[in-house]
Amino acid sequence: MSERSRVFVLLAYIAFAGASYAQQMEVADEARIDAVMHAAFPKANSEWLARLKGDQTILACSKSRDAPPAEVARTIAAREGATIQYPADGKLIGDWEKGESLAQSGYGLRFTDYPPTRENGGNCYACHQLTNEEVSYGTVGPSLLEYGKIRKFSEAEAKAAYDKIYNSHATFPCSLMPRFGTNAVLTVEQIKDLVALLMSPESPVNRP
Amino acid sequence: MSAKPRIRLPDSVTIGEIIEIKTLMAHPMETGARRNADGTLVPRLLLHTFEAKFQGKEVFRAALHTGTAANPFISFFMKVPGPGEFEFIWIEDGGGRTIERKTLKTT
Amino acid sequence: MKNIRNKACAAALVLTSAFAGTGLTQQSGSDSIERELDTYRSMMKSDPWSNPAMLDVDRGEALWKTPAGPNNVSLEQCDLGLGPGKVDGAFAMLPRYFTDADRVMDVEARLLWCMENLQGFDRVKLLTRPHPSAGMPVKDLGAIATYLAYRSNGRSFSATFSHPKEKAALALGETLFFHRTGPMDFACSTCHGESGKRIRLQSLPFLSKPQEARKILGEWPAYRVSTAHVMTMQHRIYDCFWQMRLPEVELGSDVSIALISYLVKQADGGEIKIPGMKR
Repeated sequence: MSERSRVFVLLAYIAFAGASYAQQMEVADEARIDAVMHAAFPKANSEWLARLKGDQTILACSKSRDAPPAEVARTIAAREGATIQYPADGKLIGDWEKGESLAQSGYGLRFTDYPPTRENGGNCYACHQLTNEEVSYGTVGPSLLEYGKIRKFSEAEAKAAYDKIYNSHATFPCSLMPRFGTNAVLTVEQIKDLVALLMSPESPVNRP
Repeated sequence: MSAKPRIRLPDSVTIGEIIEIKTLMAHPMETGARRNADGTLVPRLLLHTFEAKFQGKEVFRAALHTGTAANPFISFFMKVPGPGEFEFIWIEDGGGRTIERKTLKTT
Repeated sequence: MKNIRNKACAAALVLTSAFAGTGLTQQSGSDSIERELDTYRSMMKSDPWSNPAMLDVDRGEALWKTPAGPNNVSLEQCDLGLGPGKVDGAFAMLPRYFTDADRVMDVEARLLWCMENLQGFDRVKLLTRPHPSAGMPVKDLGAIATYLAYRSNGRSFSATFSHPKEKAALALGETLFFHRTGPMDFACSTCHGESGKRIRLQSLPFLSKPQEARKILGEWPAYRVSTAHVMTMQHRIYDCFWQMRLPEVELGSDVSIALISYLVKQADGGEIKIPGMKR
């Protein structure tokens, strides 16, 4: 074997061994993560501990730091899209006034929210701008000002909005946005009210 | 009112100099408008008066109200007439007092 | 009469008058909000002596030096990594591995260990409700931690992470930082993984970026105006987990120490300027 090909074989071997080692590190990390997470919450009951168990999608997103390879992304979009449930009558637009209250409320699922005294909120303003009136808005997500107006209040866009709220990964694999519907944070009725907030011509989102 | 207040006086000053005296006092300054987790009102407990005396003579006084935040920081200025003893008094609702004394040296 | 609340009220007045009657566009609204928030923040920091956390520094110093617990000894024999009782600069070198405990520890976990093993305090009691509720002062362990951190003021974060267990804590911390979990699928990186973002009006440091971590980590422990008490780093993580819809993370748990290790590593070289002042 020539010197060059010897070096090539050596480098290939190192790269291969390195890749296998990295995969072993990740597997060890998963078991270790489970163990340390369980140990970190001695007061948590089984219901709370169940929250820590990641599903396939979220484990893939964690591993790839929310930048999954194309193949994985396609799988996630399909898997998550299949979980979306729609209202029986097919009507996706609810009450925008209720939607605004939901967007303002961060109530629910925190360990101080038990026993619950009201419904869970969507906490949309934590990350998004929605109306002009509310100046206390976050910027982790894009501005939703004039959302429906920009999209010409189309039915297709209302469904797209419903999908994004119910399970954002169906549209944006490894999206930062919580899977409000699939993870049972919000009900179908609540999601309809948020769709109304975004897509109703009367909603303050579309009357800035 | 058991925590010891902090008082800052300049180390050594000259007669006629204008100095800033700073004080920091631990106190919840409960307005009586806040509610506990169970919905009951937290009772009002405020520091309502701060007095500063130098050589027995009042040099500064403040009336505090619900707008003053917890752990109040109060500072004021004085023209130094000579060396002497400061006495600082914080009075809370119910009459409880905290008194601190500190010496001011002049060069 | 100067007063932090008066300054905050003045800032709030400036903030609200800036927005009164204006029709905001998305771009200009966001920029002017950030400017006003910066003004508010610098007003709060303008006089370090006026920070009420200094009262807890004093209290922490007294607690460090006063005999206490069933064994009636002070903490002055507690080894923070530079030798028993050596306080100056010790916080700047944490977290680190301690042979006697066979664990990597941050300042609060180490204090817990010393309070238990030197002073004889009951560990279970120390771990029950270790953090203050709004309006209550920081508890004893947190006050001592604030004092110890203050004694590293002006120094840079310089933990070496050379011991194998220190390296393991770092690796675990990095994985945890990006680990999404809970009903909201949040990881630390969800909020702290980008520059220039905020939740409502609270700006978020990009903590896995050394440039930003260096500027911010040295401000903890900090006095929080909204809750009128000092918040330590363990409490900060506990509060983050609360918002992430996760359970109550235990003070000094491997998870908390691993995350703190990762953050300190990102902040390596950053200046310690305690106590900070936060909203």
